[in-house]
Amino acid sequence: MDLRFTEKEEKFRAECRAWLEANVPKEPLPSGDTREGFDLHVEWEKKLFEARYAVVSWPEEYGGRGASLMEWLIFEEEYYRAGAPSRVTQNGIFLLAPTIFEFGTEEQKERILRPMAAAEHLWAQGWSEPNAGSDLASLTSTARRVEGGWRLTGQKTWCTRGSFCDSAFGLFRTDPESERHRGLTYFLFPLRGEGVTLRGVDRLDGDEGFAEVFLDDVFVPDRDVLGEVNQGWRVAMATTSSERGLSLRSPGRFMATASRLIELYTRHRNTADPYLRKEVIDAYISAEAYRYYTFGTVTRMMEGGEIGADSSMNKVYWSEMDVRTHEAALALLGSDFELDEGSSDASDRGAWLKGFQFALAGPIYAGTNEIQRNIIAERVLGLPRK
Amino acid sequence: MRFAFTEDQQMLRDTVREVLARECTPDVVRRAWEAQDQGEKKAEGPFQTLAETGLLGMMLSEEAGGLGMNEVDAALSIEAAGYAALPEPLIETLASIRVLESRLKGDGVELLSQIAAGEARLSLALDVGGVVPFAETAVLFIVFADGRLSLNRREEVELDVQVSGDRTRSVARLRGLKAPGIELGRGEEAVTLRAAIFDRAALGSALFLNGLARKMLELAVEYAKDRVQFGKPIGAQQAVKHHLANALIALEFSKPLAYRAAWTLAENEPDYPVHVSMAKLRASEAARTIAKLSLQVHGAIGYTIEHDLHLFMKRAWALTAAYGTEDFHRARVGRAILPEQGDKNG
Repeated sequence: MDLRFTEKEEKFRAECRAWLEANVPKEPLPSGDTREGFDLHVEWEKKLFEARYAVVSWPEEYGGRGASLMEWLIFEEEYYRAGAPSRVTQNGIFLLAPTIFEFGTEEQKERILRPMAAAEHLWAQGWSEPNAGSDLASLTSTARRVEGGWRLTGQKTWCTRGSFCDSAFGLFRTDPESERHRGLTYFLFPLRGEGVTLRGVDRLDGDEGFAEVFLDDVFVPDRDVLGEVNQGWRVAMATTSSERGLSLRSPGRFMATASRLIELYTRHRNTADPYLRKEVIDAYISAEAYRYYTFGTVTRMMEGGEIGADSSMNKVYWSEMDVRTHEAALALLGSDFELDEGSSDASDRGAWLKGFQFALAGPIYAGTNEIQRNIIAERVLGLPRK
Repeated sequence: MRFAFTEDQQMLRDTVREVLARECTPDVVRRAWEAQDQGEKKAEGPFQTLAETGLLGMMLSEEAGGLGMNEVDAALSIEAAGYAALPEPLIETLASIRVLESRLKGDGVELLSQIAAGEARLSLALDVGGVVPFAETAVLFIVFADGRLSLNRREEVELDVQVSGDRTRSVARLRGLKAPGIELGRGEEAVTLRAAIFDRAALGSALFLNGLARKMLELAVEYAKDRVQFGKPIGAQQAVKHHLANALIALEFSKPLAYRAAWTLAENEPDYPVHVSMAKLRASEAARTIAKLSLQVHGAIGYTIEHDLHLFMKRAWALTAAYGTEDFHRARVGRAILPEQGDKNG
């Protein structure tokens, strides 16, 4: 055990910090979940890519730096510390890319990864359907075999930033005789063009962060099948552990939130109920616990270990920590709690109310926390399924 | 940054686990409980075997017959002792043996080997009027009183026997000293030495609590798999699953804080008290939570002393308050990261 960062890691941190300090927009960008904000975020992503900070842990040939996972964590800590914009490329680089690295053909890697990292081609996820949320295997969208490819028909929903992205990824039933997890195939499909209809859905905070996608006989060539036909479930699930356990929400984000909470407390300390001091301390300790838990996970992975069902613990932990941290912040604001962005008097431009609303999504997305707890109980603790 | 234990550290843990699985079964813990109730002296047992493996003296220097090891080397072993609810002053011994080595001279040095051999049990009275654990069997006491830190033999201390909710702890209150004993430090030095022992005992308690919590969770998991109601194991019910998942999460996010604190102590990092406090606070909270959840999953059988759960639960309760309560440790973290309330500066 050595909890000092190596010289190489420290040097990398210093480089990241210097670049971010010089380049992060001084004024926060408008929300990346609105049309105007999205375009500005894409511009930022391009800048990040040019400086080779978009995907530091990827191989150099795809625009990365071949950085270690530990260095990636360091980058993330610095990224959030600097208050840099949220990542609109996130669903591509963190959700789809790991699957492409594992299951993609050379042609797919060459064609897809670099434009994804460079924010030239933007990706949305298309997992859920109106009647297939937690029970994803009950999905009903289909793909029909045709010359040179497939015809996709069905409806996907809760596609993150779907109204603004170019393509999406999701599962479709390719074997009409099959049931549940069998007979599904992982497709990359367009969000523009013939047969595609999009309807934006405003999220809880009012931003158009979601889209419903209606597909009516949309053609997808064979080259946009990821992994083997009828093996889609296995392909999709292979990387969910690293998503829940690591890439989706790295500790840097929550350390930055805890720091902002401490700053808010410092401003309000003489009017704050003593109970809130306890909440602030607890929020800080939780972020620390999450950080060191993750260092343990990353050490294990760097030494050849794997991340499995235990990643569900991570997801429950950070999502519930995030809600509680924001609740503490809003309690500190007193009756200003309700002041939304756009109010002249809203503390931190309304970031706490907005952040709180976003935090409330945490226990729902990437598999609800109820599903995660089932996974923990069944696959980690070995309790019976039925 | 490498946050993992070495193979040697894990092997030592495995040895401790094996010894305790054999010699410190719940029945053995229960006998320690009953012996205490009946005023019997404790029989020889796992503590001596652990001493033979070198565990008690591992942190002594090689010249003093130890292995020159540190808090990180010992961490997993203390956790393993917690898992077995070892009814012996392991936390106290490991927390103080190196301070003793640095202070004892001449005849006193012989005491070190007796402590390391498990022949002379040692307890701590670090707070005036505080509760002294394992007072019944300890023959040596480190006492902090009147600005002095001293090592006293049993006949030199005035003990007032109390009854712990966990009978195996055989607690007493220290009323005073009958003789000065061996002085370990005085004035500021005494405060510093006391703090060094206190923080190591707090860390030891955190690790021990995590071990107890693991055991309480496993008892509940096994029970949930075996106990059939409505024609299926209760562990197939989501409500029960979620209790147990919550218990595991509480434990798994407590452990890294304890390991980090162990490292900061081993490296003598200046801010180690804050890390110890985070570790002890979260371990206490996790153990309390897991005790409640485990009891709930067990139902009525868990609410008896016929079942083993109470052996682990009551030790956990006692340790949550030993070497700094949750409020003490939270306040210490607070002072490190937040300005005080009412402070107009800054």
